[in-house]
Amino acid sequence: MAINTEKNSYTVIFATLMVIVVGTVLAFLASSLSDKIKENERLEKQQNILYAMGINQNKGEGNVSFIPTDQVAGEFSKYIKEQLIIEGDKITKDDQAYLIDLKKQATAAKNGETRKLPLFIGNKDGSQFYIIPMRGKGLWDAIWGFVALDDKMVVQGVYFDHAAETPGLGANIKQRYFMDDFSGESILDGTKYAGIAVAKGNNDPLNQIKDDNEVDALAGATITGNGVSAMISESVNMYRDYLETIRVK
Amino acid sequence: MALLTKKDASLILDPLADNNPITIQVLGICSALAITAELKASVVMAISVLFVLGIGNVVISLLRNIIPSKIRIIVQLIVVATLVIIVDQVLKAFAYELSKTLSVFVGLIITNCIIMGRFEAFALGNGPWKSFLDGIGNALGYGIILIIVGFFRELLGSGTLFGFPVLGNPISKTGLYATGYENNGFMIIPPAALIVVGIIIWIQRSKNKALIEDN
Repeated sequence: MAINTEKNSYTVIFATLMVIVVGTVLAFLASSLSDKIKENERLEKQQNILYAMGINQNKGEGNVSFIPTDQVAGEFSKYIKEQLIIEGDKITKDDQAYLIDLKKQATAAKNGETRKLPLFIGNKDGSQFYIIPMRGKGLWDAIWGFVALDDKMVVQGVYFDHAAETPGLGANIKQRYFMDDFSGESILDGTKYAGIAVAKGNNDPLNQIKDDNEVDALAGATITGNGVSAMISESVNMYRDYLETIRVK
Repeated sequence: MALLTKKDASLILDPLADNNPITIQVLGICSALAITAELKASVVMAISVLFVLGIGNVVISLLRNIIPSKIRIIVQLIVVATLVIIVDQVLKAFAYELSKTLSVFVGLIITNCIIMGRFEAFALGNGPWKSFLDGIGNALGYGIILIIVGFFRELLGSGTLFGFPVLGNPISKTGLYATGYENNGFMIIPPAALIVVGIIIWIQRSKNKALIEDN
């Protein structure tokens, strides 16, 4: 049977059928997998928050190693003592606060609504950690992360992640050698919430100077690095009023 | 009967050297420049393209007699995009860690001109088995160059391979760095890939004079 594939009517029918078939397959796949994917994303958020406060399985100088997914829920409720939502002057407790979508909150803030700011208070070996979620822009797409502070506003740990930074360059913000440098840096410069700059040429590749508000940049990833700097300073400034109330002066 | 006839074998072997998609046809250059700063990313990309091109070529080949020629490019694009999205979604559900590593490659695979090039040049005119071999061959040819470039860029640019330090520690000056050796930061940025690919092309053409075009 020969089909005349040159006819316009055939082309239209073929295109329509193709779109219907492909659309159905993808829609079916997306809806049947979405619960599983959402669950994975939820566990990942818990892993990230715990990672920032130092609850992880890192060994030596190797790779990032999270708490395994089957244990993370238990560890999360063990170490994260309180989850707060800061909405203007109003502070409420909500143990689902970690599920707040920062992107939606940023859009809401643009439309004149008050932004809901989630904040997590962790406790490990008697010391308090104030963990702030962050979201910003890299070179290609979004970057996000968590920064854990103590009550003197000194960074105890960070976690960064990205949607589509260049592998080998900007994508290295989620490598240990970059993230580990932030620990011990203060986000304060005097009394100003300066954040931490990802600086080129700060003559401190070993990152021994901890009071300069700077960490050593990644070669070849200037824009991603600047994005990280901007993300940290913007995020901590949104929490400034709250942080001032808990800061030990 | 041999599994592969001589002609079938040449479908796989030719793209590895004398008809290499990157060094001879100069296709897929953008991904070769973008992701070869480290060896791991090169290997992941090579495997992803192997998978997508192998299956995509078979799908297009099976559909070759019913695809209207007027809209064939868009049909090809839909096939490759669908395959990539299916893989991405399934990995997100069942191998979340892996999918995080791969997600940046998804966009690069869809726009990789080798894939569209093989659909258009081979799969539309040949049977599924031949198309499959052609897809595997070209993906391997592409992958080999990616891995060679990634090897040199990571070694010379960062002093590591697959993230493991092989030349010593550049900060505490051990290993080769004790002698005053420094990493070449230039190797990390994309133009360095162009130079490495250029050197590969140069070596290949000086070995095989038949590849040199007459002017």
